[in-house]
Amino acid sequence: MYPLRRKPGEVAWSDIGPTTDLTPLAAPVKMLVEIEQRDGWRKMISTKPVYVTRTAEGRLRVLSAVCPHLGCSVAWNDSRRQFSCPCHVGVFAEDGALVSGPPPRGMDELDSTVEDGRLKVRYQYFRQLVTTREIIA
Amino acid sequence: MSRLVDWLDRRTGLQHLLREALGEAIPGGARLAYVFGSGLLLVFLSQVITGVFLALYYVPSADHAHVTVAYMVKEVASGSFLRSLHAYGSSAMIIVVLLHVAQTLIYGSYKGAREILWMAGCVLFALVLGMAFTGYLLPWDQKAYFATAVGTNILGEVPLIGEWLQRLVRGGADMGTLTVSRFFVAHVFLIPGAIFAFVGLHVFLFRKAGPAGPPSVEAGRQRTELFYPRQLLMDVGFAVTIIVCLGAIAWMWPAELGPEANPADTRFLPRPEWYYVPVFQWLKYWKGSSAVVGIVIIPAIVAVFFVGLPFFDRSPERAPSKRPVTVGAFVAVLLSLALLGVLSVVEDRRDPAIAEQLAAQREVDRQFTAEPFEPEESPASLKTAKAALADPATARGKAIYEAQSCDACHGDAGQGTPGASALIGLAAKYPADELQRVLKIPTQEMTDGGMMPVDISDDDLRVLVAYVNALR
Repeated sequence: MYPLRRKPGEVAWSDIGPTTDLTPLAAPVKMLVEIEQRDGWRKMISTKPVYVTRTAEGRLRVLSAVCPHLGCSVAWNDSRRQFSCPCHVGVFAEDGALVSGPPPRGMDELDSTVEDGRLKVRYQYFRQLVTTREIIA
Repeated sequence: MSRLVDWLDRRTGLQHLLREALGEAIPGGARLAYVFGSGLLLVFLSQVITGVFLALYYVPSADHAHVTVAYMVKEVASGSFLRSLHAYGSSAMIIVVLLHVAQTLIYGSYKGAREILWMAGCVLFALVLGMAFTGYLLPWDQKAYFATAVGTNILGEVPLIGEWLQRLVRGGADMGTLTVSRFFVAHVFLIPGAIFAFVGLHVFLFRKAGPAGPPSVEAGRQRTELFYPRQLLMDVGFAVTIIVCLGAIAWMWPAELGPEANPADTRFLPRPEWYYVPVFQWLKYWKGSSAVVGIVIIPAIVAVFFVGLPFFDRSPERAPSKRPVTVGAFVAVLLSLALLGVLSVVEDRRDPAIAEQLAAQREVDRQFTAEPFEPEESPASLKTAKAALADPATARGKAIYEAQSCDACHGDAGQGTPGASALIGLAAKYPADELQRVLKIPTQEMTDGGMMPVDISDDDLRVLVAYVNALR
């Protein structure tokens, strides 16, 4: 039954980079964040893709690249100015909102903060196939 | 010789056992239509034998699975052939199980106190699909990783226990080394054990009920023939034909192995093995909150009708022409699955970007399979450690290489991934100052491939280039 009853640990903040690198931001930009995680008996640094976007008010937002439908990696299509999931043709707008396709909700926003001029993110996993954003790990 | 047989027989009852096994009376006589069940068993035994050879080399953990499969494919004598035989054998299992189901259903052979026999067969069908699903992940290459990520996410949709089930199967929230070991245990111990048990039950119930014979009662009454010799020869001939065909296919078109799974690659297009493509296409049509209908409810209804068929179809009539609803529904389901599969292929071909990416992935797989085997360098990289000893600047360069996440796309030793090209050998192509320049201001081609400008000090850039140049 392991690891069903194991409580997940506190999620640490991961560094994305200096905010100056993200100005100006004409389109969502893919960044790779390194997170320290336990994988069974292994303690490892895992690299996860995220997208950094900027709201109309100028605030930086970090979106998970994991499709909320069935977990494929969402890709940014610069010519169409939209995100698309290569598995079951889910389409998302520049801000991550659902445009069309099977996903039940838009792309998941990750908790982010700016500290000492550097953008940081808390990488988490969300439940797929539900309309609301539910953290599972 | 006969004395030896007598000696054995007195102690084992072998002759009686053989008479029982081979002396089964078949109403209507031997037919090619009856070869699929025993053919399936022999193909399964071939899978067990090839699987044992593969298990000699395979290590079920995320950090060793891919390299051990690459080792057996590229270095072990006949390793590629054995793996191909095993991989294509899983497709053969699916085809033969479908033929066996079709023959049983069209002949109405599930009728006449054969309900439990039919249901045991349904469990075996599910177990064969389970073998295919669990085996697909084990090479831990790109397509294995992403196809299984989707497959295990589907489990999350099961009402009430979905999330629990998904975590249990994966060994956590994310796919990782516990997923590999769990799938390995299911593929090598649990499911094969269940298959042996249900094959035993299936054969026992079959012998208890006896062969149903042809669907026409008159044809069944005409004559009776023993299983030995003609039906036995047909069964063995069919199985040998399949295994010889598989051997020829495995020899001429060895199964390819893609590069190691890279979960950070957002450009990879996951596509399942052909028998799961209809399900993959089906999932596209169930949007938002209706997904539970398409993913759980409709398949559950179809499964209930399929498993419970002998209870729903109680008429003794077995001729397919007089059972239009059952036979028609089965043909309709098969045609729908085929149509979904065709639609998926057509959609992929119609979109030039998808077609181009899928072709690029096939090429990457082909190239990786053709490349010579690279032994694992443990714990990090022996090459890098040696280079660092020779020049401390490369050690600093390696740290910057990792800090800038260059390893995420170019690989931990610059060997390249599907997301970006290899850096090994770059020194021979570009002088150091040219490399520094393109790292600061990538070319258009590099930018299109996802390369970001490297924004670090000139000194850091110098040692980073020194590290890249040291990669061999």
